[in-house]
Amino acid sequence: MSVRLLLPGEARGAVLVLDAPLSMWGGLDPETGELIDRRHPQAGATLTGRIVVMPSGRGSSSSSSVLAEAIRLGTAPAAIVLRHPDDIILLGALVARELYGLVCPVVVADREDYEALRTDEVVVISGAELGPD
Amino acid sequence: MLTLTDRDRALASGEAGPAAALAMRIILAVAEANDAPRLIDVTSAHIDSCLYHGEAGLDFAERLAGEGGKVVIPTTLNVATLDLLHPHLFRGDTRLQERGRRLMQAYVAMGGTPTWTCAPYQTAPRPGFGEHIAWAESNAIVFANSVLGARTDRYGDFIDICAAITGRVPDAGLHRDENRRARVVFELSDIPDRVLQSAILYPVIGHLIGGLAGTAVVAIVGLPGDATEDALKALGAAAASSGGVALFHAVGRTPEAPTLAAALGGAEPEAVIRVDLERLVAARAELSTRTSGALTAVSVGTPHFSLAEFRTLAALLDGRTIHPGVEFYVNTSRDVLAEAAVAGLVDPLRRAGVEIVTDTCAYITPIIRNTAGVVMTDSGKMAYYAPGNLGVDIAFGTLADCVTSAAAGEVRIDPAGWR
Repeated sequence: MSVRLLLPGEARGAVLVLDAPLSMWGGLDPETGELIDRRHPQAGATLTGRIVVMPSGRGSSSSSSVLAEAIRLGTAPAAIVLRHPDDIILLGALVARELYGLVCPVVVADREDYEALRTDEVVVISGAELGPD
Repeated sequence: MLTLTDRDRALASGEAGPAAALAMRIILAVAEANDAPRLIDVTSAHIDSCLYHGEAGLDFAERLAGEGGKVVIPTTLNVATLDLLHPHLFRGDTRLQERGRRLMQAYVAMGGTPTWTCAPYQTAPRPGFGEHIAWAESNAIVFANSVLGARTDRYGDFIDICAAITGRVPDAGLHRDENRRARVVFELSDIPDRVLQSAILYPVIGHLIGGLAGTAVVAIVGLPGDATEDALKALGAAAASSGGVALFHAVGRTPEAPTLAAALGGAEPEAVIRVDLERLVAARAELSTRTSGALTAVSVGTPHFSLAEFRTLAALLDGRTIHPGVEFYVNTSRDVLAEAAVAGLVDPLRRAGVEIVTDTCAYITPIIRNTAGVVMTDSGKMAYYAPGNLGVDIAFGTLADCVTSAAAGEVRIDPAGWR
């Protein structure tokens, strides 16, 4: 499938579809990569190395800092696939690339493509394409 | 297609130095993600990135400051990790203290005014109607858009300082007319006058509409036309906590909503939600995790206390003192504190046992000494975040309830005709 690149880069990993938007501030522990928002349906999941698929971010703009910190510490997702563009997520990934040269691609998928993604399937993001490994 | 000016291109190519180039690269990436046709000038910035959330945020600030980054527009600074005026209140470790201080220093070095407040709108100068600004901090954003009629998008960490260094933002989001019209209408119906006249109505309505509207622009019909700025501040802060509300139109009160038709921009709403007393009572109940028991702390001033709120608190205390088992915090800005001191309001509060917190806020940094018991507040925002941030139980009540409870040493909530 073709995706829209907000922050381009190469990534490979197992998909993790989040059933609700995630606020990284208060929702992601950058030390461990764990989803710690107890109200989130996937609380306890580990995001590290996954192709995290979620509709959009949510909540505090401090989430940018938390995502950048997770990327710095190597606990972040391998890439983030969104249904809608999200400045807060984009900024966290942008700043981590500027500061550390570490790339966590952020892409937006069409509704049909987005809904076809299944947790645990291994996919590759390369250029503006996302497909099976 | 993004069209840039010669000046934009010059900044991006490094003519004003590497910090401005980095800031412009980030602004341009966000502009492209939002399909913005151009960048526009902003006249002020309010920076939220000065609160420490980890090394990445500190690395970013120190990189910009180290490369000579300077703000080019008036720039205020949000609450930070430390209370520089009352440093003894900080209960975090020395590492957090050192990192928090360095981050604050970096933003001052770049030319930020050390206001250290989440309520920059409580101190002059304030942006005017229709003025484009780049403000971060969700309650400041919703206040500027809704109550002042200024125009800011939902800025946050990192982009706030980039806007301050370049003076430019994407022409997108709430800067544009078409995105400022209300999509969801809340109609207050059959709400008794005694509830409409109570100060706690506002954070409760904010909590309710945030949960239902998410990030939509909303119109509220039926709010009293004389709602104070403090009331609208409490409403907006709560709506930006339980949801992502960045602009509400209080019909007959806020400047873009003389009528419902004006708030809707001539279009039909996507949804109309009726709010009755039952819904308000349920929303109010959601803000408490405990409504009785021994009280260990009270924290008010989220967002920061105004001068008017200092006067109200002084009148409510009326010679009573805080129970020795209760910590009572008023969070405010150093500028408002100075005004309150001149007005003779601060010394009597301190003698009664009130502790003043400036530059930060008791819900985001370790200040409360005893977090084992119930913490009380009249803030919908504090009530929403504190259980997660601080691991405390929250009793949500009016400012009068907070004072009565603090004097008694136990939670006392007067339903005051809400049921």
